[in-house]
Amino acid sequence: SLLQSPLSRSPILIASPPLRFNNPRPNLTGNNPTMPIISVGRDRLFAALGESYTNEEFEDLCLVFGIELDAVTTEKAIIRKEKHIKEESDDDEEVIYKIEIPANRYDLLCLEGLAQALRIFNKKEVIPTYKLSDIGNDNMLKMNVRSYQTCQIRPYIVCAVLRGVAFDEARYSSFIDLQDKLHQNICRHRSLVAIGTHDLDTLRGPFTYEALSPMDINFVPLKQTKSFRADELIEFYKSDLKLKKYLHIIESSPVFPVLYDSKRTVLSLPPIINGAHSAISLQTKNVFIECTATDLTKAKIVLNTMVTTFSEYCEKKFEIEPIEVTYDSGESYIYPDLAVYDMEVPVSYITDSIGVYLEVEEVTSLLNLMQLPAERSISSDNQCLVKVHVPPSRSDMLHPCDVMGKVAIAYGYNNIPTRKPASIKPLPLNELSDLLRLEIAMNVYTEVVTWILCSHKDNFALLNREDNNSAVIIGNPRSTDFEGARTRLMPGLLKTVGSNKDHPKPIKIYEIGDVTLLNETKDVGASNRHHLAALHCGATSGFELIHGLVDRIMEVMGVPFIPTGDNTGYYINRSEEPEFLTGRQASIIYKGKHVGNFGIVHPQVLNNFDITDPCSFVEIDIEALL
Amino acid sequence: MAETAILGFLQNNESIPDSGQFAAEHNLDHEEVKNVIKSLQGFRYIEAKELKRETLVLTDEGKKYAAEGSPEIHFFSAIPEEGSISKDDLEKKLDPSVFKIGSTQAAKKKWVAMGKQVSRKVQHVEDKVKESLLQIQQGLELDKESLNSLKTRKLIVTQGWIGYSDIQKGPSYAPKRKIFATDLTRENLQNWKELEFKEYNFNAKGQPLEAGHLHPLLKVRKQFKDIFCQMGFEEMPTNNFVESSFWNFDALFQPQQHPARDSHDTFFLKAPSTTRELPEDYVERVKQVHESGGYGSRGYNYEWKREEANKNLLRTHTTAVSSRMLYALAKGPFTPKKYFSIDRVFRNEAVDRTHLAEFHQIEGLICDRGLTLGDLIGVLQEFFRRLGMPQLRFKPAYNPYTEPSMEIFSYHEGLEKWVEIGNSGMFRPEMLQPMGLPEDVRVIAWGLSLERPTMILYGIDNIRDLFGHKVDLDLIKRNPICRVGIESS
Repeated sequence: SLLQSPLSRSPILIASPPLRFNNPRPNLTGNNPTMPIISVGRDRLFAALGESYTNEEFEDLCLVFGIELDAVTTEKAIIRKEKHIKEESDDDEEVIYKIEIPANRYDLLCLEGLAQALRIFNKKEVIPTYKLSDIGNDNMLKMNVRSYQTCQIRPYIVCAVLRGVAFDEARYSSFIDLQDKLHQNICRHRSLVAIGTHDLDTLRGPFTYEALSPMDINFVPLKQTKSFRADELIEFYKSDLKLKKYLHIIESSPVFPVLYDSKRTVLSLPPIINGAHSAISLQTKNVFIECTATDLTKAKIVLNTMVTTFSEYCEKKFEIEPIEVTYDSGESYIYPDLAVYDMEVPVSYITDSIGVYLEVEEVTSLLNLMQLPAERSISSDNQCLVKVHVPPSRSDMLHPCDVMGKVAIAYGYNNIPTRKPASIKPLPLNELSDLLRLEIAMNVYTEVVTWILCSHKDNFALLNREDNNSAVIIGNPRSTDFEGARTRLMPGLLKTVGSNKDHPKPIKIYEIGDVTLLNETKDVGASNRHHLAALHCGATSGFELIHGLVDRIMEVMGVPFIPTGDNTGYYINRSEEPEFLTGRQASIIYKGKHVGNFGIVHPQVLNNFDITDPCSFVEIDIEALL
Repeated sequence: MAETAILGFLQNNESIPDSGQFAAEHNLDHEEVKNVIKSLQGFRYIEAKELKRETLVLTDEGKKYAAEGSPEIHFFSAIPEEGSISKDDLEKKLDPSVFKIGSTQAAKKKWVAMGKQVSRKVQHVEDKVKESLLQIQQGLELDKESLNSLKTRKLIVTQGWIGYSDIQKGPSYAPKRKIFATDLTRENLQNWKELEFKEYNFNAKGQPLEAGHLHPLLKVRKQFKDIFCQMGFEEMPTNNFVESSFWNFDALFQPQQHPARDSHDTFFLKAPSTTRELPEDYVERVKQVHESGGYGSRGYNYEWKREEANKNLLRTHTTAVSSRMLYALAKGPFTPKKYFSIDRVFRNEAVDRTHLAEFHQIEGLICDRGLTLGDLIGVLQEFFRRLGMPQLRFKPAYNPYTEPSMEIFSYHEGLEKWVEIGNSGMFRPEMLQPMGLPEDVRVIAWGLSLERPTMILYGIDNIRDLFGHKVDLDLIKRNPICRVGIESS
């Protein structure tokens, strides 16, 4: 992994905390603070799923399905965190899962919707069909919109009724939480859509949606006992931490949106507050839901999300009672709009885009896992299609690409056969060598490139060395300059100094390149080694500077200095090499291995290369450092 | 002097048995001899054993008597051989201390008769005191009685003496000492054979160097750039921080009410507040696809506002540049492209340990016919393998302009868990087709931040330590070569 890369050799690498990778942002870099996170009781969720999981197993399910288990906590732990209390947790505290939901999956914003989706994904349930109760137009509740008024501030309203809802404490709080999540996300903090839910049995239709002067609106708001005039209420809520952030939506308008029943009971003053009169409670059986909006599309999505997720608790499961909304113009609409949206998608588009071969039946059954009823179909030009009946709860399905995407999820991203792109890969040794070259240059050494070819004495006699039969020898040299290949970089650098007598001192030069040595283990009997050499020449030898350069080379290679001489880094031992001056030379030991030497160049050697100023020199086999 | 004498003596002699004796014989100061021995021993020219003993030395008074004779002798000599001398005359004749001490000692030894008149009692006396003192000076033994008497008279004292014995040639012996040097210099290069170097401490590091250093963040950027180039990607021109909402959001099919377009997420500009121009026909197609769809899409069904699109901002992602590049690509006959960029993006958010208001986004995209999700996964595997992350998993995700969208997770050996490392996906047809790209052209893309992998690589847990003016300069100086993309299994 990245953390196990060679850089981990570096002494500065410490264990890093689990940072969030720049997070789901609505873009390719990740983290979106707007990605909703819902809290659900683990045990309730598992009960709803009909299955228990370990945290790891559930995490895996989330990862495959496309949600994320963000945190595992408890109610009390959350409260403790909010209040900054440090306390031991009780073992019997209910475990809460915090789950991150894709921002376009409003249908997953509550336990009911999430559990249903996962049950279907786990093949434990078939996709439900939502329908409107068949009550006939006469029995249908009516909502009349004074649209000439409401168009000034909040033009639209959509409504529905859930009959015979069986709330318990958990379901009730889930219902409230869902409204909250929708308000925070798709409703854009109630500016686009505001949801009001009411105990229908306290009200009498038909209802009207109006927009009146605040002076003319009086009612007892939720959680209050006395009646307020709307303008006074705005003032009153300016100190309310939760509600004050919504006041700006209507505050400066001459008219405020307001809902009445036939007895002029105020249902709500959207998007601020409901009336106390129609407040829902655990005992509420029949729930009237209204969504006022500036964006009709989103209002419909919100309403559909509310009714589809909670219609499973209705007396008649998955059945929703419609309401007729009539505008001043006489246009009327039945809500909720549970129309199924049909999409016809060529199977070849799906399989070609994913890069898998699938039969049409496989495609439809994969779509079923994603709560999308689908069937085989044939286009006019005989193309094999899947016809997808997008349920009213699925506003995320915009385009055939969404169908393709869902097939890919159900197939499993991690099961898709991959195609490796064409690419090139430079040699690691040369890449590293190039980076090292820059580092040496940044230490103010000038690069030289010298010849591989040299005379035999360059390798040995001129360096005070015996010929130890380590060098490649050319059989037919044209001149004594080309008798063999260099066994070290040293002669090339010394010759360079010798040829630059007039250059101002100090001269600081370096070379990184290959030398050639006889090698019994190779087929041809010789092999290259990659060396680094640097030389300082001046009024003084610069021995300590060359020593400092050795330290820097090791630092950039991520090798720590271990003066005690163990095998975890490098250390320096004094040496006795003939090309260096006694007492001013040393071996470099890396992980117990001798990888190079540095020292003051022996005066005899300087003389051999016609150099009149003292020099210090280092040569390292950098291949040994890899 | 002493050095030459010692080294010279040892050239022809086996050893010097006693430094004190040697000093005396060669008329040298023993202290100097000692110092030279010590120094020569340090450089291993000679070997020597330390020698300690007690000796008697003459006090100043003792030295005077040894040279001039004792006071009692002077006193005695001043008295006529016969007859007597008045005490007063005698006192005038002699030094007062000689008179005082001499009279006492001579009387004690019964050499003289004291009274008003002083006369000799004996005719011949010997100056035993002087004799004894001279003997001590020569290092000769004395009888106890004489010693005690001299000690009582404070003419001699005992003293500790330190010197050397058994002085012999050492392993580095030479008849002439070399020149002491700390370095080989232009001046001393000619007589290098005579140079002697002080021991060098190889347990300490060498001299720190004056050098320049590259910033770790950009070292990592260079490696990422190399990886992209090796994979055949060309770099997009991202040198434009100011962007219009249109190219940053609308062109990417990001709806205008999207939370990312809130002022608490994006830096909108006061000057220049709006874009001066947009490609009108393209704007119309983008408006259409947002409002009512097309190209097979339902669209978002909301009223798209030109004013929103005109608003200028600091780009929130480099994908703004990608959208311009793809739009430009769509204008000509289609050619497949692989693009990348690594550049600054801006977010209007609180700065903390892991978040800054600006950071670097790394982005790669491939635009071609017939691309599949398998291609995307393949290219991600290759890309991240080069970063040293061979083990990847992909999570379905949501992003307004990609479908499918995949979050990329890598197994973190240190944390022993999967961590999110980037995002990726296939650009939506609603984004590509209004640009005019052919229907069968698909674009796969991925992105990540530069800071995060750099922080992991260099063990930095606060982003402000890495990037910005609060950076620790020492951290920049001591960081190693970035080997990302160089070594991977």
